[in-house]
Amino acid sequence: MSAVIPDHLHDHHHPAPGGLMRWITTTNHKDIGTMYLVFSFIMFLSGGVMALTIRAELFQPGLQVVQPEFFNQLTTMHGLVMVFGAIMPAFVGFANWQIPLMIGASDMAFARMNNWSFWLLPPAAMLLIGSFFVPGGATAAGWTLYAPLSVQMGMGMDLAIFAVHIMGISSIMGAINIVVTILNMRAPGMTMMKMPLFCWTWLITAYLLIAVMPVLAGAVTMILTDRHFGTSFFNAAGGGDPVMFQHIFWFFGHPEVYIMILPAFGIVSQIIPAFARKPLFGYASMVYATASIAILSFVVWAHHMFTTGMPVAGQLFFMYATMLIAVPTGVKVFNWVATMWRGALSFEPPMLWATGFIFVFTMGGFTGLICAIAPIDIQVQDTYYVVAHFHYVLVAGSLFALFAGAYYWLPKWTGVMPSETLGRLHFWCSIVFFNITFFPMHFLGLAGMPRRIPDYALQFADFNAMASVGAFGFGLSQLIFIAVAVRCARGIGQRATARPWDGAEGLEWTVPSPAPHHTFETAPVLR
Amino acid sequence: MSLAARIAGSTLFFALTFATAGTAIAQSRYNLQPPATGVASQIYDLHTLMLIICLVIFIGVFGVMFWAVFRHRKSRGAVAANFHENTTVEIAWTVVPVLILLGMAWPATQTVIEMKDTADPDITIKATGYQWKWGYDYLQGEGEGIRFVSNLSTPRAQIEGGAPKNEAYLLEVDNPLVVPVGRKVRILTTAADVIHSWWVPAFGVKQDAIPGFIRDAWFRADAEGIYRGNCAELCGRDHGFMPVEVHVVSAAAYTAWVAERQAASAASAADDTREFTLAELVERGAQVYATNCAACHQPNGQGLPPAFPALDGSPVVRGEAAGQIAVVLNGRPGTAMAAFGQLLSDADIAAAITFTRNTWSNSSGEAVQPAAIAAARGG
Ligand code: HEC
Ligand SMILES: [Cu+2]
Ligand SMILES: [Cu+2]
Repeated sequence: MSAVIPDHLHDHHHPAPGGLMRWITTTNHKDIGTMYLVFSFIMFLSGGVMALTIRAELFQPGLQVVQPEFFNQLTTMHGLVMVFGAIMPAFVGFANWQIPLMIGASDMAFARMNNWSFWLLPPAAMLLIGSFFVPGGATAAGWTLYAPLSVQMGMGMDLAIFAVHIMGISSIMGAINIVVTILNMRAPGMTMMKMPLFCWTWLITAYLLIAVMPVLAGAVTMILTDRHFGTSFFNAAGGGDPVMFQHIFWFFGHPEVYIMILPAFGIVSQIIPAFARKPLFGYASMVYATASIAILSFVVWAHHMFTTGMPVAGQLFFMYATMLIAVPTGVKVFNWVATMWRGALSFEPPMLWATGFIFVFTMGGFTGLICAIAPIDIQVQDTYYVVAHFHYVLVAGSLFALFAGAYYWLPKWTGVMPSETLGRLHFWCSIVFFNITFFPMHFLGLAGMPRRIPDYALQFADFNAMASVGAFGFGLSQLIFIAVAVRCARGIGQRATARPWDGAEGLEWTVPSPAPHHTFETAPVLR
Repeated sequence: MSLAARIAGSTLFFALTFATAGTAIAQSRYNLQPPATGVASQIYDLHTLMLIICLVIFIGVFGVMFWAVFRHRKSRGAVAANFHENTTVEIAWTVVPVLILLGMAWPATQTVIEMKDTADPDITIKATGYQWKWGYDYLQGEGEGIRFVSNLSTPRAQIEGGAPKNEAYLLEVDNPLVVPVGRKVRILTTAADVIHSWWVPAFGVKQDAIPGFIRDAWFRADAEGIYRGNCAELCGRDHGFMPVEVHVVSAAAYTAWVAERQAASAASAADDTREFTLAELVERGAQVYATNCAACHQPNGQGLPPAFPALDGSPVVRGEAAGQIAVVLNGRPGTAMAAFGQLLSDADIAAAITFTRNTWSNSSGEAVQPAAIAAARGG
């Protein structure tokens, strides 16, 4: 990471502490962004190790590698770590680095709170991962933490609850910071409708975060009191209702899905025009589509609950509302394709990842539409079909967009061009192994394999073996990215100019590469 | 098949399915299981319809994208156009999808309404989820009063790799649910501990079983046969090991089965009023323990602390019989220890208790008789 510590630090008027203290005390949006990104990558690798252990167990029928209770801990923690530790913080890292650079602000609005939002995360991660080592192990109730199963768990559950609380506080603080920065600190002349789409998607995401993280905190707190303080929120014997937990959880959970994908849409909307050398098609409709997805996301939660046995009217309402989301999502895909149409395309690594994103994410979108149809969902709910669906949108969606963004902005962050050969290799290995892993899961789910099981009937053996092989290939391919990032950080490779991609537009490309420690201390003026 | 051959084989399948996604629809290996009820075939057709619509849109959109990817390349001398909006196009691609969605919603709505129509069943059966087995109570119609528990019957050795696996590995039970063909069967679901989900793919039925609440679903099987499914909601350690097995039989075979069951339950009712010797109780109890208790308390009685306590040396098992009877009859609310009073006969409970009190290092030498259980139930 030495290259992200630019020499300009020393020119500056107030002396900054060096070494570890620099990172602990920093209020600089670039330092904090870097820490978020490194943290999320470490969590991504830990969640990945859990996933590979799961796939090793599922390689063949029978129990070989782990026992069922540990298997359930692994699936649960894989989900929690990837969602709260990897994907969400990674996007916040992008927001920290890019939003001030893109809107011409000198830093985030609340710099000290920014430091605090990051430094809450490592303790939360330690609680979460440390829970493997307490008596009874980590929580094994699934990342959805459904009551009453979660009420039965050992103390690993309490640690997970506290971890979720802390991460929630961190997310809310981060979100407030982003909202205030975007609304108040744009350079003169940058009206809302001139703002880069990445900032728009993050603005909307930040509102979603502020709206739903407290709901999740409430849900897990109720579990905590049911566990230890004799309440019966989710216990029928005491007048409660277990399904109530699901309603509360998914009222958070569905918007959460968009929290993890809207910033990805933003990143892709920056990259496609840059490498098509053509302005984004339908900018305004992109903004409206993002906003309508966000609003709709509050009225579809019970599509996760079709099998709980809602009345007909409930099933129909949530089915129709969910299907509607396909419209704004479709608009986005059409806009991206129209942006590429009659452009002058070139496929450097960022564009490869972004194009791969559109292609594979859209498959996840289609299976999402299929899941929206309540009768079909009742067949595939809690099967591998759903596992395939959400990995198509979260891995091929969020993760691929994160990599696209990383390759796109690494020159700005480090001053060095990421290796094109390695970037291509990383992309092709990832997309091939990704599909080998997750495509057969559609078949498994349709044919009737439930999710969250450590062992399965014999007819599922072939596709599981294939998925496991693919998973190890996918996991190993991610190590390529470490090589890319370390080379950039070490300064190995071609130097980047201020605007290394000839089609790239935006204020971030007007400052030198690597971006100096302090940028836009006097606001730039647009046109 | 060797492992390498299997991987090679499955990779080939994968390549083939990519190439022939359309023709794969007919095969169940790649698709929903062959439907055995009217609702399941509606679901099957809905899914096929959705798949075709999505495939057409997919090919259209990505046809355009890949055309651009290959033709509009800078390296081929393409010069970027400068258009960036077109109101007509944008309205069209908002409105047309809405119309397509309406086309999808219409048949889906009809199926939802049909699935929910549980009125006027011929037979009503309550399915209760326990960690980790299903209990069935025939509540109404022919066979009323029959009740039994259905456990996974795959031997542990097959799961741990000590023995070759059966064809119905993990999908087989000791006491399958039996229903007559062509009759409307209403399933009421509930649970004793955590949420489970009763699922038979070929029937198009998946209904969560929620502790403290009753939900319902229905099916009318078109053909005789054995249909298999699983618990579909994570319910703890052995969630993957509580299958559902349904035998759909002819009306005559069903009547015969009902008669046989009723005779068996008369015999077991007689057991509940009998006196047993210690040896008889221990022998019977070993069986009851193996199917009902060993999953948690383990065959060696050591349990899996801290989740499941050891019974070997447990103060409750070593203490007064009344204390242990109360735990087994009523369970411990809020823990995985279920109330076995609703599940097992007095004789079975008496036998299981006697067994645990007279095995491993426990040796009370005392026989707990069914009458003691009946007395504990009464008061
Ligand atoms: C689903 C798992 C499960 C099954 C099956 C099960 N138990 Fe338990 N049992 C438990 C748990 C968990 C506890 C501890 C409850 C608590 O925390 O107080 C327990 C407690 C007990 C105790 C009290 C032990 C003590 O030291 O407190 C007895 C006796 C007992 N079980 C007997 C049985 C018998 C007999 C059977 C079979 C008919 C059985 N259990 C089946 C989970 C199970
Ligand atoms: Cu959702
Ligand atoms: Cu289950």
